[in-house]
Parts: sequence; C-alpha cells; structure tokens
Amino acid sequence: MRKANAILTGADIFFECLKREGVEYIFGYPGGAVLKLYEKLYDIDFLQHILVRHEQGATHAAEGYAKATGKVGVVLVTSGPGATNTVTGIADAYMDSVPIVVFTGQVPSHLIGNDAFQEADIVGITRPITKHNFLVRHVEELAATIRKAFFIAATGRPGPVVVALPKDVINSSCEFVYPEDIEIRGYKPKYKGHLNQIKKAAEVISNAKRPLLYVGGGVIMSGGSNELAIFARENKLPVTMTLQGLGAFPGTDELSLGMLGMHGTYWANQAVNNCDVLVSLGARFDDRVTGKVETFATNAFKIHVDIDPTCIDKNVIVDLPIVGDVKHVLAELAAEMPKPPVVDEWWNQIYQWKDECPLTYEDNDGRLRTEFIIEKLSQKTKGEAIIVTDVGQHQMWTAQYYQFNHPRSNLTSGGLGTMGFSVPASIGAAFAVKDRPVISISGDGGFQMNMQELITAAFYKLPIKFIIINNSFLGMVRQWQELFHAEKYSFTDLSSSNPNFVKVGEAFGIESYSTDNPKDVDSLLNKALSVNDRPILVEFKVVKEDMVFPMVPSGASISQMILRRLNPKGML
Amino acid sequence: MKHTISVLVENHFGAFDRVATMFSGKGFNIRSISIGETEINEVSRMTIVTEGDDQIIDQVVKQLNRLIDTIKVIDLTGSNHVERELALISIGLQKGSMDEIKNICDIFRGNIVDINNKSMMIEITGPPDKIDAAINVLAPFGIKEVARSGTVALKRGEQTKFQKKELSTN
Ligand SMILES: Cc1ncc(C[n+]2csc(CCOP(=O)(O)OP(=O)(O)O)c2C)c(N)n1
Repeated sequence: MRKANAILTGADIFFECLKREGVEYIFGYPGGAVLKLYEKLYDIDFLQHILVRHEQGATHAAEGYAKATGKVGVVLVTSGPGATNTVTGIADAYMDSVPIVVFTGQVPSHLIGNDAFQEADIVGITRPITKHNFLVRHVEELAATIRKAFFIAATGRPGPVVVALPKDVINSSCEFVYPEDIEIRGYKPKYKGHLNQIKKAAEVISNAKRPLLYVGGGVIMSGGSNELAIFARENKLPVTMTLQGLGAFPGTDELSLGMLGMHGTYWANQAVNNCDVLVSLGARFDDRVTGKVETFATNAFKIHVDIDPTCIDKNVIVDLPIVGDVKHVLAELAAEMPKPPVVDEWWNQIYQWKDECPLTYEDNDGRLRTEFIIEKLSQKTKGEAIIVTDVGQHQMWTAQYYQFNHPRSNLTSGGLGTMGFSVPASIGAAFAVKDRPVISISGDGGFQMNMQELITAAFYKLPIKFIIINNSFLGMVRQWQELFHAEKYSFTDLSSSNPNFVKVGEAFGIESYSTDNPKDVDSLLNKALSVNDRPILVEFKVVKEDMVFPMVPSGASISQMILRRLNPKGML
Repeated sequence: MKHTISVLVENHFGAFDRVATMFSGKGFNIRSISIGETEINEVSRMTIVTEGDDQIIDQVVKQLNRLIDTIKVIDLTGSNHVERELALISIGLQKGSMDEIKNICDIFRGNIVDINNKSMMIEITGPPDKIDAAINVLAPFGIKEVARSGTVALKRGEQTKFQKKELSTN
C-alpha cells in the first residue's frame, strides 16, 4: 500500500515548496488576498521575509538579488494594487532576462471576473512581459506550478514568472505531493551548440585579420566568464561589452575595449565598424548597440551565439548562428580553434584609435564631475564592488569609468531603462553579497522614484553606500534637449524643486553627507567604504551642464559619433 | 508572402491568448486563426495564416516556439499539405435571383443551410481561394453577412503528428 502523503493547506504547500527551492529571502508586502500566507510567515524561520515599502521596490530588490547571485529572486504581494505595482519590475526583469518569481494574491476563484475588491487580471496584464505566468486554479496544482515557475525562471534564457494565487487556493487543502522532476513538453532549452557550426566558427575566427568579440549579459548569466577569458587570451581577441555585459571580462584587462554602442568608447565602436569577424556572445544586437542597423559592422562575417533562437536574425542577419549556452559554446570554441588568428596589425590599429580619442573629461576647473567620482570609486574599490546604478547620465559614466573586475557586479536596468531601479535593487544585492561593498549610484531624479526603500536598508542595517549624483537636472533628458530639441529644457530642471537629500537620508535614520567640492571626494568615499554595519548616504553636487560623450545619436550609424561638445558654452 | 503555420499548443488556460498577445506585441500580421481540439487529449491545434518576408516568418516561428505552452510549430508553406476553410454566406433575395444563386452554390459544391423569403444562407467549404472566388461571384446579388472559419490545415501523410518523445511529459 502506498504511504499516504500529508494533507496540507495551500499556504503550507507554498512554503514547503519555497523551502525545497532553497529560497532564502522573500521581498514582499502583505494585503488581504495573501493574509493566510503572512499568517504562516510569522512562524517561519527557514527563510527571511523582507518588508519593502512599495511593491515595485520588492521586484527590483528581487532583481538585485538575482543579478548578484544568479539565483531566483522571489516576490510576494497581494492582489490588485499590490500586483499592479510589480508590473514595472517584471517588465524590467523581462527585458534584462532576470530570473524572478512573483507571487501575487488573487481574489477567490469564484469572484474572478466580477470586479471584486482588489481584483486585477494580473495574469492578463503581465502576459507580454513574463517568460510565462500562471493562475493556480486548484490547490492540487499548486506544488507543480511553483516547481515549474522556478524551473522556467532559472533555465534557458532566464526571465520573470508570475504566479497568481487565488485566496481559496491558499486556504484549501490537499495531499501534498512534491514533484521532484519537472518536464514541460513545450519547453526544452538547448544548451549544447551544434558542433559543426562551432567548428566552422573556429575556422573563421582563426583566419580572421580583424576579429572582435562582442559580449553581452548572456555570458554572465551562463556563468561563462572564465571560458571567455581563456578563449580571448589564448587568441588575443579584443573584447567589447554591452552595458549588461560589463564585468563578463575584466575592464582592466589589456584585451578589453570597454563598452560599445551609443555611449561606448571610440575605439570599441571603431573596432566594430572595421572588424572582419564579429563574434556576438550572449548579446542581442540591441538598437542602443547597433545604431543604424544597415551600417552596423557591414563588412564583418557575423557569428552569433545565443541560447534564445529568437535573438538570432532578429535585428541583424548573421552569417553563422549557434544556438546554445554561451559557456558551453565558448569552451568548445576554444578547443576547436586550429590556430590563433594573426592580430598584431589589428591591435596596432586599435591602440591608435585609443590614442586618438581616449575617454576624457574636464578636470582642472575645480568643479565636481561625475567622471571624477566614478574614477575614484573604481580605484578605491579596485573594481571589486557591486555597483548598482540607476538610469541616466550617471549610469553611462559609471559604465565608462568603473572598471568592473567580476561578473555579476554591474547591476543596472538596461533594456527597460527603469529609473528608480538602483535603490531597491541595491537592497536585494546587499542581502546576497556580504563580502564586497554594495554601492548604489542614482541621479537626483531617479533617486526620488523609490527613495521610500531607504527605510528598508536602514531597518535591516544593510551597509549600502547610497550615492546621489545631483546635477539638479534630469540630466540625460537635458542632454537630448540640448543636442536635439532646440535647448528647450522642458521640465527637466529640478534645481528649485529637489528636496534636501541630506535631510531625506537623515529622516530615514541614515548618516548623510553632501559636497560639491572635488577635494572632499576622497574622504567621503573613504568614510562610506569604511562603514560596514549600516547604510550611508553621500550626495555629490556636480556640474549641471555636462554631457556624456562619446555619443552616437539615436538611429545614426556608429561611425557618426559625437566625440565631445562641439560648441562649448555654459548653459542657462 | 502568405504562410500557413500549424501550432500544437497545450490546452491550457490562456494558451490562445498568449499566442494572440505575442502576435500583437511583436506587430506580426494575422490573416486568420483557428483553433480546435486534436486527437490528443489536452492538446489543441492552431492554424495561423500570417504574412511577411522570410525574416519575419522566421521570427514568427521562433517566437511561437519560444512560448512555453507551444509544443510544436510547423510552417506548412512549401510542403505538401491540405488547407480548408468553411464559410457561411447570407445573401439577400431579389425576384428571380434564387435559382441563379442556387446554381452558383452548386458549382462551388455548397449547401443551402437556411432560407426565407428575404434571404438565403449557403455553406461553402474549400481552400481559402475557393471561398474568395465564391464570395466574389455572389457579391453582385447582395451579400448580407459572411462568417469564415479561418483556415485549417494538415500536412499530407500524417507528418504533423507528434513523435512519442515530444508528447511525453516525463
Ligand atoms: C521611469 C522612467 N521615467 C522616465 C525615464 C526617462 N529618462 C531617462 S534618463 C532620465 C533622466 C534621469 O535623470 P537623473 O535621475 O537625475 O539622472 P542623470 O541623467 O541626471 O544622471 C529620464 C527622465 C526613464 N528612463 N524611466
């Protein structure tokens, strides 16, 4: 006779499943539809629930945790407004392929569709922005659904999964059967690349005169950084990285050309323009990278390695696609190389571009600039910190001037470009990473989009360094207004409407500093880096009118880079 | 170019919606779409007629494959297959037009399925271009309403059937 399984409530099954998934943290916020789960949470000690102050914060925190660790981030919110508040974070995770599972409450099954109190069709709303989503209809399906949700989120090209839990499902009971193995017949990610294609690629790269590796976030997600380093070094291949790819290869390595694309380095973009073999590794030919696609690496033989077949031939038609996990493919590619390519001349050319047009900024007028701060930060932390940026100019300057040494160190919202990402995402990262400093860098605009989460950091005594780059403007928008919109600084000037950031920090119980003097940068950064038992906030008041260069205007070809301000003038 | 794509999907809550959402979200065209049960429990077949150049069709097929609920996607275009559509066409009757309509209906091997003194309804089955032709020929009589089922299609020689392996959940 079969041994009877225990009869458990949906709520118990829920936590039993999370336990087996190895969940350490839930970022959440309670409400009516999930009260039963919170009732259980009260006595649970195998995982920690982190109370955020807004559900968007929970999703970004889960993303921060997932990006820093590669593990699945978990969110728990109520139905209706709790669920809709998670939408931005879910869309963000979808665009940047971040594995998170968002559990939302839902009204009782019999009320679904009735416009019941706090009902929103969250499964319908999130369908286009999730890798997959579920409405659990019966408690008997709950365990298998949770298992599938984690499996789908974490495997293949990772992404967000939403699971809506009607109140009655959580409250009712059934026999608990945990599905050890899960297989979904419509979902079979392919990890191993086609060997013949790999051999062909190796052949082409061996014979290249001007090869270039174009590295995206996929290398980091697959855990393929070591394989990349071996492959690049053995063959002396230049490496350029996308925003999400930064950290996949050490920024200080002599083979690194830094970032490519809209705000990429001159030499990286020149290399793209002039290479004869372009090897895209876990990148997706995003428009911020390619500029005008018709003119992108026109003469190059293009090899594209990606785990997601839909990425191939989507924006740019390639010559040799390889569908598979980049880590696996890189290892095989390295093994299949008949000989390294001859690249000395190519490197000379690249060095020449680098000399012609290095990254520079004005540093002798005594005024405080973001580039200077980031450069200092990079030196002081030796590229070892976890840097969580927001969206805007400071994000691009960080990408240009912080030399990331490790994968999973540059946490930023790339695809969706979500202002308000940094503060909550740094919280998720700080729970995950204890042995390296976690530094949140926001603009004055984006900081205000989720600054309620400062209290989460303060309450849990997370040693996050909150840096605000205050240029008194929505800087990146201001830059576009100056360059492309007749200098109409329409609704981007915050100088008379910003709060006092030091007082804001202090109101949340966080020790806070502010300066506009370059001479203070050293000591304030030292101070921030020395505090390890609580958060600290530093506001840097920087030059208002600076712009991020180089810049490829949107839709222009990357050979049409604007290298510096053509017509230097003070603003206002 | 027009493509007919056959998709086997899990008969799950929302599976149809996922496909439709993907098409609208990606800006792909749907000329017709039909869905119904298959010989296999819990699996439905969608037949989608779409349009686009090779790159777009390549993306359509890949994006369909990417959906978790789709089990198999086959672009039938260019392979030997059968396409059928059913149309119900309601036509206003004028003096003396009934015989002529009946004749046309016979030519297209249609059936008269409803009739009263103001209108008649005929049912026609066939490849979509035959339906188009019938509608064209009937247009001068005054078509009141048309309902078309959308194309259903199968590869000749049972080749759209599942491999055992594809069907297993374990
Ligand atoms: C949620 C959201 N709203 C609007 C935008 C558009 N946007 C992009 S950058 C930017 C300005 C950001 O200003 P700030 O946070 O001060 O950073 P800075 O560019 O000055 O470094 C805006 C408004 C966005 N990316 N995200």
